[in-house]
Amino acid sequence: MSLPPSISIAPASATAQPMNEAVVFEDVAIGFEDKQVLNGVSFQLPRGETKAVFGAAGSGKSTLLKLALGLLKPDRGQIYTLGQDIVHMKEEDLFALRSRVGIVFQESALFDSLTVRENVAFRLYEEGDVPESQIEERVREVLRFVELEHTLDKFPAELSGGMRRRVAIARAVITQPEVLLYDSPTGGLDPVTSTTIIELIVKQRDVYKTSALLVTHRLQDAFTMATHYFDRQSNRMKPLPKGQRGEVRITFLILRDGKVIFDGDAHELKETKDEYIREFIS
Amino acid sequence: MELISPADFAKDKVLAIQDYALLASRSVGNLFRTPRYLADTIQQADLIGVGSLPVVVLTGFFTGLVLALQSSNTLQRFGSLSLIGQLVSTSMVRELGPVLTSLMVAGRNSSGMASELGSMVVTEQIDAMRALGTDPLKKLVTPRVIATVFMLFFLTIISDLVGLSGGAFIAQFLLGLDSHQYWSNAYQTLVFEDVFMGLMKPVIFGFIIATVGCYYGLSAKGGTQGVGRATTQAVVAASVLILVLDALVTRLLMVLMAYR
Repeated sequence: MSLPPSISIAPASATAQPMNEAVVFEDVAIGFEDKQVLNGVSFQLPRGETKAVFGAAGSGKSTLLKLALGLLKPDRGQIYTLGQDIVHMKEEDLFALRSRVGIVFQESALFDSLTVRENVAFRLYEEGDVPESQIEERVREVLRFVELEHTLDKFPAELSGGMRRRVAIARAVITQPEVLLYDSPTGGLDPVTSTTIIELIVKQRDVYKTSALLVTHRLQDAFTMATHYFDRQSNRMKPLPKGQRGEVRITFLILRDGKVIFDGDAHELKETKDEYIREFIS
Repeated sequence: MELISPADFAKDKVLAIQDYALLASRSVGNLFRTPRYLADTIQQADLIGVGSLPVVVLTGFFTGLVLALQSSNTLQRFGSLSLIGQLVSTSMVRELGPVLTSLMVAGRNSSGMASELGSMVVTEQIDAMRALGTDPLKKLVTPRVIATVFMLFFLTIISDLVGLSGGAFIAQFLLGLDSHQYWSNAYQTLVFEDVFMGLMKPVIFGFIIATVGCYYGLSAKGGTQGVGRATTQAVVAASVLILVLDALVTRLLMVLMAYR
């Protein structure tokens, strides 16, 4: 059996240095019509770390991801993505930054008039100067990563929900982004397919060490990620030996009524005395 | 039904006009910025231009035909039946060709654009496109604007021609007029101002059709019902704007060109 790589964990209370963090939120607030969705949200996602975001339906989890990518502008507060103040950036300037960030949408959001190949290669085609042979090679490589190489010429409508989600992951990782944002990647999927998706996310985390914000309503997904590592030899996700932590740090962020009520690691989460959180994780 | 205050209603309308103006100006501004989506533009030109050809040909032909039919009675009363070519020609080229072609294309393509882009909005495909570093206005709106303006120009010319042919059909087979007389009359009566006015309009109307369709599509909200609403609103707004602008452009060009 191949053992998980050695561990190096940064202290949880590292000082916020926007340039050193993948994503930083400072006192962010946003509302739609009469509803305040986020109200004074602050947190940091250090580079190389994975942060799982929880909250009840409508607690602003997806909004948080869209804010991190500049798809929405906050009513108040600062957001730094890869060291750049995205709140004050123009839409045209954001396009360059977004090419360094990957996102997997809740319902995949694949372009339904394009084939799997065209969907996955979208970014490369948009770059304009990538040779066709290289595009083909990279598309095949990334589809092999999600084990869907045989779907190259299919349209999204011909794929199952789980396959669409895997194509969306392939599309997000094709340019090896520095940060990945997952919006409920296992939402609406059966347990077996959910495990496949989580395995892919763990694979991406452990193989490429990409920073990630993972929005989910399934606590077990995040715990699976915290307690498993990707074994490259067997090409499978395996449980970590008891008492050992993974190579990549995973933390948890819980939202309630538009505010962060918890931001810490799995150990701190288990030790929390907060009634709401205890009920949430039970 | 939810009631909204007049102030909120006015604010919504001003905001909509502002958003539309921004979209329209950026769609033009993108002509001078890279990347330019030539393949998308050609694909849209095929969908809009070639796809609209049958309906435009039919509309043009039967408009010219009915115009000749309706006016023949009046002209006959004044003993001026030979002027029918002149009447059909000026009416088609200056007014009916551009307006009816634009209304047909608006009905077919404003709705198509609104429903396509609206579906992309509600399924987060527009957000995905922005997230993948692509400007939807450059990729989706500007090619549609260029394709509509370009193709409507030529569709109007075709509509004018088949409209005149419809008039010729009535003149020759129903009224017993000489075909050569009809065509020479129709051709000789046209002056530069007629043709300029007739070909200026499709450029303006094409811009309206594409920008209105894209605006309503990109501002669609509320799932499939919202897409349906956006589609209807796009056709209504584009058609009304075409008719209102037709009156304004006609008057403006008449004044500018000292033309009666």
